[in-house]
Amino acid sequence: MSSVEEISNPVAENLEEDGVEEENTVEEAEMEYEEPVKGGYIFYRDRKEWADLEPVPQDDGPNPVVKIAYSEKCNKSSDCFGLQKGTKSVQVTCILHESVVFDVCRHYRRVLLQALDKDLREEMKYITAIIEDQPKNYQVWHHRRMVVEWLNDPSEELQFVAEILSQDAKNYHAWQHRQWVMQEYKLWDGELEYVEELLEEDVRNNSAWNQRHFVISHTSGYSDSAILEREVQYTLKQIKKAPHNESAWNYLNGILQDGGLSSYPGLLEQVTELQDTCSSPYLTAFLVDLYEDALETNSSSYDQQETLNKALELCKLLAEEKDTIRREYWNYVSRSLQNTYGSGDPVASSSDPPPPSSSQQPDTEPSDP
Amino acid sequence: SLSLLAESDDNNFILQGTQVKDVIIKPDAPNTLLLDKHADYIAAYGSKKDDYEYTLSEYLRMSGIYWGLTVMDLMGQLSRMNREEIIEFIKSCQHDCGGISASIGHDPHLLYTLSAVQILSLYDSINVIDVEKVVDYVKGLQQEDGSFAGDKWGEIDTRFSFCAVATLALLGKLDEINMDKAVEFVLSCMNFDGGFGCRPDSESHAGQIYCCTGFLSITGQLHKVNADLLGWWLCERQLPSGGLNGRPEKLPDVCYSWWVLASLKIIGRIHWIDKAKLRSFILACQDEETGGFADRPGDMVDPFHTLFGVAGLSLLGDEQIKPVNPVFCMPEDVLQRVGLQPDLLS
Repeated sequence: MSSVEEISNPVAENLEEDGVEEENTVEEAEMEYEEPVKGGYIFYRDRKEWADLEPVPQDDGPNPVVKIAYSEKCNKSSDCFGLQKGTKSVQVTCILHESVVFDVCRHYRRVLLQALDKDLREEMKYITAIIEDQPKNYQVWHHRRMVVEWLNDPSEELQFVAEILSQDAKNYHAWQHRQWVMQEYKLWDGELEYVEELLEEDVRNNSAWNQRHFVISHTSGYSDSAILEREVQYTLKQIKKAPHNESAWNYLNGILQDGGLSSYPGLLEQVTELQDTCSSPYLTAFLVDLYEDALETNSSSYDQQETLNKALELCKLLAEEKDTIRREYWNYVSRSLQNTYGSGDPVASSSDPPPPSSSQQPDTEPSDP
Repeated sequence: SLSLLAESDDNNFILQGTQVKDVIIKPDAPNTLLLDKHADYIAAYGSKKDDYEYTLSEYLRMSGIYWGLTVMDLMGQLSRMNREEIIEFIKSCQHDCGGISASIGHDPHLLYTLSAVQILSLYDSINVIDVEKVVDYVKGLQQEDGSFAGDKWGEIDTRFSFCAVATLALLGKLDEINMDKAVEFVLSCMNFDGGFGCRPDSESHAGQIYCCTGFLSITGQLHKVNADLLGWWLCERQLPSGGLNGRPEKLPDVCYSWWVLASLKIIGRIHWIDKAKLRSFILACQDEETGGFADRPGDMVDPFHTLFGVAGLSLLGDEQIKPVNPVFCMPEDVLQRVGLQPDLLS
């Protein structure tokens, strides 16, 4: 598996790490000769009316520091045409199926689309084929968005994105496009059902959970207590199926932020009940958050001292047993709780670890005999 | 905890009875830092200009040069690179509009404009380009809602907000844009989990979080971040192997050793990561034969992951590597020379 993605600066053009899980477009792009017809789109080299045109070689100018090397392999599946159209001479550059060259060509394509008054439906077929081939490229998705805008027609979009997501349900670009289409054209119907389908297939799909939040935020909102309760129960149900699921716990936490975890009726009971069958560091962490909320709001339903003790106990459990890789975080939470709600001596409260002179020793250092 | 791991299917391991998506580091994976090999790898990269991978990546060449030069500088090996050739190349890439392209004959874009300015900062040669025009180009890409387009075609992304302010900061021209609106837009991309996405409502993603925390650092607005909540989300990226992923339920990748780690450093919570485990993951991503780092152990190396592996190790405190600035991903001594000291939370 290779890993050069389309990235720039410390900032990735394609931050989508899925790109490294699958074939990388740059290092491993197979120069297979594609079928001429792909989803109804016919490449220019295969069109009868273009058959008489001679390829025009690319001119990179004198002494380029970096020359584009059109290797033998490259020419097999690329065609460069010079086109005379009236007095306008336009160069239709490489119609390649590698997304990497799409980045170079996109400017030409867009200028041409505008200048030649091209059939945008054709362009839609083209970009559909390209995206299906290279779904992790920022530019191809942005190009599609432009075509949708120019056509002012989103009718194919949700189905198209669903198709791409069926191949990779977490494709970051696909989700952004979907969100844009829905917001721009007010296509909210059926989305919650779609999200639920995806969560049925993979309850750990973080993108789907994010989409759930997106849909509800932009439609009913969470302020209706019936909606909130529906969401809480739905999430708890998913948690029962797969308790070690960061996304579900984050979602639960997120939707209850405003109201407060500790005051939500029945929540503590339902979560502690889960503890017996569904042990997970996320559950324990959630309880810590809940107890912290009870302390912060000085809730009368909770004994403050007992709640603090429970919270500290759980932090210790996480730091020492259940989530040791994040022991520094749990020790910080513990110290913060002690300082804020404890009645004893203050402990170092900054997020920094306590100074070396404290009793806490790093795990790796051996203790003196 | 490795003894509790049993393989179920590819990259899905059972840990304490639940499925975890992660990699397993083999016992013979590299565990020492092979700096000389990495320097040799980068110095030789691109010397064969008709190499297939090299030519296909021309569309991002400016960033490729930035990655190579930065990692060489961090290793104290910048002198091995061809300064004059690179400076001439950059001059040829500035367009009339002021923007800079990835390579000669390509179209300008904010991403490559930043890379070019970073390279010229490394070389203390900012004035070989028309700085005023660069500023005009960046200003011109700001939208009414404060966001930035990447280029004239209008793609909006918080990455571009970062590119814009980082470029202007390096040029000393931060005051030329509408700062309030720029900040407003980035904050509108903050999600319920404390993270940031590319646009409002987009899923939180470590790369975007790096861009947004970097942005807020440069613009002096880090107090708007919920550091505990975001720090928690970020340290949750660490998997049993020690590596970091970019969002929940994804595989670890060495480049997240940069994006997650730098973000944590910026918000003052870098110690929430298990440093020893992360270090051993990063070292395992080296290729002992070719030099360089891959995204994860055993994969093919490239300059991008090489930079972020080395930069990550620098943030973790490796003394063989120069200190790296977590906001700009450039050597600290360069930023000191430029006079930039972006805020970090403590």
